[in-house]
Amino acid sequence: MEVKILGPGCPKCEQTEKVVKEAIKEAGIEAKVEKVKDAVDIASYGVFGTPAVVIDGEVKCVGKIPKKEDVLKWIQK
Amino acid sequence: MGEECCATGSGQNGVTMILSCSGGSNVGQLANQAAVELTQEGYGRMFCLAGIGGHLSGFVQSAKDVDRLVVLDGCEIGCSKAILDHLEIPMTTYLVLTEELGIEKNKDFNLKREEIEKVKEIAKKAGKMTRTESGATGSVCCA
Repeated sequence: MEVKILGPGCPKCEQTEKVVKEAIKEAGIEAKVEKVKDAVDIASYGVFGTPAVVIDGEVKCVGKIPKKEDVLKWIQK
Repeated sequence: MGEECCATGSGQNGVTMILSCSGGSNVGQLANQAAVELTQEGYGRMFCLAGIGGHLSGFVQSAKDVDRLVVLDGCEIGCSKAILDHLEIPMTTYLVLTEELGIEKNKDFNLKREEIEKVKEIAKKAGKMTRTESGATGSVCCA
């Protein structure tokens, strides 16, 4: 599984990364987590804002810190 | 992108997303021009309805997660609304320009300044849109 956190590195982006990593650990799933900080790369996902979470190429959340329960649902599907 | 960026706010820092049908008629282009100018003036940010219609996940999820969504359809056919309904994306404000302005749909693309201004005023009032610093920027940070 490939998870990308889109965001320039602000507090909300950092918090999003933390939540996502916690969920992955809790689910016991192997996943590669990558931070995408470049504005052009972020724009290529067509998101209105950041932070955003992309799982296996699909954008799951935009402009807010996701809840751990939601991340668990996304990664356990 | 400073430290303050994205530090507060529950959603995308309260930025209003503006979608217009941008269709091939006077009212479609009136909706488009009003959306462009509202963006330039900082009342919100126009976003790509085509990306949503194409079911591209970044566009669809952005529309689902935004705090306020103002939608401008040129005529009562309601193409923008149909796209959003199909994807179960809720709108905060919805305007049909032929109904709001009482003007007829035609193929005259010479838009009248007074009509553009009227659409903007109606949208601002209906959508409770306020001017923000971040509204008109192209920044990706927290919308």
